Amino acid sequence: MSLSTKHLLGIKDLKTSDIELIFKTADNFKEILKRPIKKVPTLRDTTIVNLFYENSTRTRISFELAEKRLGADTINFSASGSSVSKGETLIDTAKNILSMKVDMVVMRHSASGAPHFLANHIDAAIINAGDGTNEHPTQGLLDAYSIREKHGTLRGKKIAILGDIMHSRVALSNIYCLKKLGAEVTVAGPPTLIPKHIDSLGVHVTYDIKEALNWCDVANILRIQLERQNMPLFSSLREYSLFYGVNKQLLDSLQKEITIMHPGPINRGVELSSDAADSHHSIILNQVENGVAIRMAVLYLLAGKKELE
Amino acid sequence: MKTLLDSKKFNVVIQRLAHQLIENHGDFSQSVIIGIQPRGVLLANRLVDYLQVNRSLKLKYGKLDITFYRDDFNKGNQLIPDQTDINFSIEAKKVILVDDVLYTGRTIRSALDAILDFGRPDKVELVTLIDRRYSRHLPIQADYIGMTVDALISEKVKVYWAENEGEDKVVLLNNVIEKPKK
Repeated sequence: MSLSTKHLLGIKDLKTSDIELIFKTADNFKEILKRPIKKVPTLRDTTIVNLFYENSTRTRISFELAEKRLGADTINFSASGSSVSKGETLIDTAKNILSMKVDMVVMRHSASGAPHFLANHIDAAIINAGDGTNEHPTQGLLDAYSIREKHGTLRGKKIAILGDIMHSRVALSNIYCLKKLGAEVTVAGPPTLIPKHIDSLGVHVTYDIKEALNWCDVANILRIQLERQNMPLFSSLREYSLFYGVNKQLLDSLQKEITIMHPGPINRGVELSSDAADSHHSIILNQVENGVAIRMAVLYLLAGKKELE
Repeated sequence: MKTLLDSKKFNVVIQRLAHQLIENHGDFSQSVIIGIQPRGVLLANRLVDYLQVNRSLKLKYGKLDITFYRDDFNKGNQLIPDQTDINFSIEAKKVILVDDVLYTGRTIRSALDAILDFGRPDKVELVTLIDRRYSRHLPIQADYIGMTVDALISEKVKVYWAENEGEDKVVLLNNVIEKPKK
């Protein structure tokens, strides 16, 4: 058994069996992360570069930790402070790094499709750690994995994705992943932040947050991505919070108990209030914990795949 | 195909191994049994079952998967791991590793690396149902041996288990063409 793909560019290209294999492997890594020595020597002959053209806290630390716990050598690269500011192109930067014998590239870039472009030009295995507004596959995987852990299965579960769907790569990866695993998905938010043809992906659309919350088993609340919005899409943060924010009072008014998720970083008091984020509904920190196991599984399976070819 | 152990003898051998363990480990208060996934676990299950049911001993028993410690990752193998389940401390304990066939010794080398990540045991011992003599790639020996077998490299010693294959037996298969081990 092995993955059907050489790179992890998006969930869109994965088969359901690939996702299940990643989850099964992640179960083993979760066990390793509970040992006194949380480390295995499997990838000790592998060098991985973390190529980050955009800011990141969780994803970057999580990938680096996953790499180190697999025994790989890691190099960290961030665009700021590098020769990118002198005008070096993406391919040149990547080729120069790879000529120092690097086996895998973990990449984040503000342009959608950047990792796909690089995959066509270089030899190493590429893992997309977020490209523009396209996909963030490991986040999609760890979100689905966390729901599976909490609710046992994804099949037939109702998941609402709330907030800034338009600019969110997390939303797209989540939709692909959840649909492939048999869940029902609703997206909800202000009309200006929901892409026009999103229903073609087989999701329900509503502009009423409360309706979505009443319908769902799990609500994944997304961050308002102010840095990607170059025109006003809602009047003010206060108004957004009032009409589309999730807080404890709103959760308590529902007929049932639902699970709250957020990919981080949270704009506390905007899309999610502190009393809801820190309540027992929330599995936000489990998501972060599972992120390391999921990324270890992806790295392990792709590193093995590379050698098979 | 030649039968080396039939079902009756098979179980006599397992009982002998169990008694040899009692000889050295007494009431097992300072000892733990760890079966190596996948097939060492089958032998460990039998030993633990015998010791607990027939000898009323209380045992600490775990399963160890060694996939992530193998030396042939990236050598044409994509291996999907089995479960590891060790929910007790091995610190300062006598660890009894259990596997079905001791051949090149590479699995045991991996298992030793893996087990040391769980703590520092006082001692590590090895139980094997079949010891294929003169075929070691590493200087590793078993402390308890069910049966010693001299076989050619072209031959394969296969252990059948009632749980999996419907019958307990050990057979020698001729001219098995195996992928060359690197």
